Amino acid sequence: MTQSVPHAAPMVTFTGVYKHFAASGSGAAFTALDGIDYSVAKGSITGIIGRSGAGKSTLIRLVNGLEQASSGKVQVDGVDVGALDEAGLRTLRRSIGMIFQHFNLLSTRTVFDNVALPLEIAGVGKADIEKRVRPLLDLVGLADKHSRYPAELSGGQKQRIGIARALATEPKLLLSDEATSALDPETTQSILDLLKTINADLGLTVLLITHEMEVVKAVTSDVAVIDRGRIVESGRTFDVFTRPAHETTRALLSGLPGSKLPETLARSLKPAPEAGDRAIVRITFFGATAERPLVSQLISTVGTEVNIMAGTIDEIGGEPYGSLVVAYAATPETSGRAERFFTENGLVTEVLGYVA
Amino acid sequence: MSPDLLLLIGKATLDTLRMVAIAGLIGALIGLPIGVFLATSGRGELFPAPNINRIVGLIINALRSTPFIILVVAIIPFTRLLTGTSIGTKAAIVPLTIATIPFFARLVEAAIREVDKGLIEAARAMGATPPQIVFKVLLAEARPALTLALTMTLVSLIGYSAMVGAVGGGGLGDLGIRYGYQRFMPDVMLVVVIVLIVLVQLVQSAGDALARRFDKKSR
Ligand SMILES: Nc1ncnc2c1ncn2[C@@H]1O[C@H](COP(=O)(O)OP(=O)(O)OP(=O)(O)O)[C@@H](O)[C@H]1O
Ligand SMILES: [Mg+2]
Repeated sequence: MTQSVPHAAPMVTFTGVYKHFAASGSGAAFTALDGIDYSVAKGSITGIIGRSGAGKSTLIRLVNGLEQASSGKVQVDGVDVGALDEAGLRTLRRSIGMIFQHFNLLSTRTVFDNVALPLEIAGVGKADIEKRVRPLLDLVGLADKHSRYPAELSGGQKQRIGIARALATEPKLLLSDEATSALDPETTQSILDLLKTINADLGLTVLLITHEMEVVKAVTSDVAVIDRGRIVESGRTFDVFTRPAHETTRALLSGLPGSKLPETLARSLKPAPEAGDRAIVRITFFGATAERPLVSQLISTVGTEVNIMAGTIDEIGGEPYGSLVVAYAATPETSGRAERFFTENGLVTEVLGYVA
Repeated sequence: MSPDLLLLIGKATLDTLRMVAIAGLIGALIGLPIGVFLATSGRGELFPAPNINRIVGLIINALRSTPFIILVVAIIPFTRLLTGTSIGTKAAIVPLTIATIPFFARLVEAAIREVDKGLIEAARAMGATPPQIVFKVLLAEARPALTLALTMTLVSLIGYSAMVGAVGGGGLGDLGIRYGYQRFMPDVMLVVVIVLIVLVQLVQSAGDALARRFDKKSR
């Protein structure tokens, strides 16, 4: 599988990882992770996406030993997490920051003291704490709030404090468990921008889990799709987005604005053509193809009855990307001409269905 | 009311305050760690010891279901061993303390359990040791609830301390029984009741105010 920095040693490696939860009654044990083999490249922002209950939280909690694997191996920067004793785990955890969906700030501590907490825990002296916390509050843009209490902050501000706190011990890895799921889209974007900045400026590896494709699209360089405890697809985010192979990935992608068909069109789609029907085809443009005048060529090759139904232009992992949904007569000669045109130009297409 | 009587009431009030303060202090000091233990020693918790947890829980329940007046009588030998007497203010402090421990421990347990589990998770993820989690997270976050728990304990202690008066314990209850009831002096009884009401009000208001100061959530 392609990773953003294939030559570097990975930051996190899962090798044959299983996690079973003992059943609470007489029922069978529940398998939350069902053989995970995956690595997170150093310096990457890697996303793990999946539906609710897919095992995302369980997976991320194995990385800092909040949960132990039933079998298999989890390594962080070469250290086998399962082989560490409690003291070893505590040392490891101080090199890994974590942020949470519900922020988990201490309500009785001020902003400053919340950010100072991991340093206090690590036994850092008062003067050094002061020196460390101030720049962190500057970094997240909340220096003026240092003596406020969490109840006096907005959700986005709380998450900024959560991020500052996670960075306090200068970790090499930042774990994010649905850190933007409780925030509105605009605030989400600002938090994601902050994560990007941190990744770029501090060289911190970020492993984030989410159920939102938008989050993956906006920040990650690499992505893995998890479904029922298995990684069903992984790779560079751009590749996975533009050439989704697994139906779970497609289903998750279909929720993205721009990949959605107009409601009435989506409802009238048929899986097989009848006489006189039109084919509905999604064409994906990226890389060089995104810059060529392909639409006009398509119309001149296939014929004037090509209709544009939906379209979007976007950026994934910093690369331009376009998606166009077109309709043309589902006759053998038109389809043949279209397919030849697609192959000749190296376009990725997907037949979504047929309409009358 | 004669100056002598007023003097008696004053002394009885001081006795009551002394009993409540000493029993409250010792009871809270012992009850606090027991409550923390109860809240953190279940299966899969910070200091997992589910069997000891169950035994301590049983003892606490047994003590709490014993009527106070029976507790006072039942532990007389123990009281005598500790204080050398079984009557008077000093002797009354022993059963008052014994009754305070389980009462306060259960309130502490509830207060600690109220702390958001996500905070424990966050502290663990920072590499905190279990004692650090107790002191920096659980006790700190539960401070408003613990203040109210202590207030509630002191208020019930004032009530109990009046009860020990019935068995010669000294203090306001004792005065009320001996003068108000046995010598039929309703004015003494009235003053005793008023002093008790004022004491309870003062403790409650002070506790509420302090808890509000500690609470940074609702502002
Ligand atoms: N401590 C536990 N005991 C038993 N089952 C558990 C436990 N923790 C998780 N599970 C189960 O494991 C599965 C995966 O849980 P997990 O929390 O990893 O899902 P998730 O992908 O994070 O979902 P969500 O998006 O809803 O947070 C779920 O079916 C859950 O019920
Ligand atoms: Mg989860």
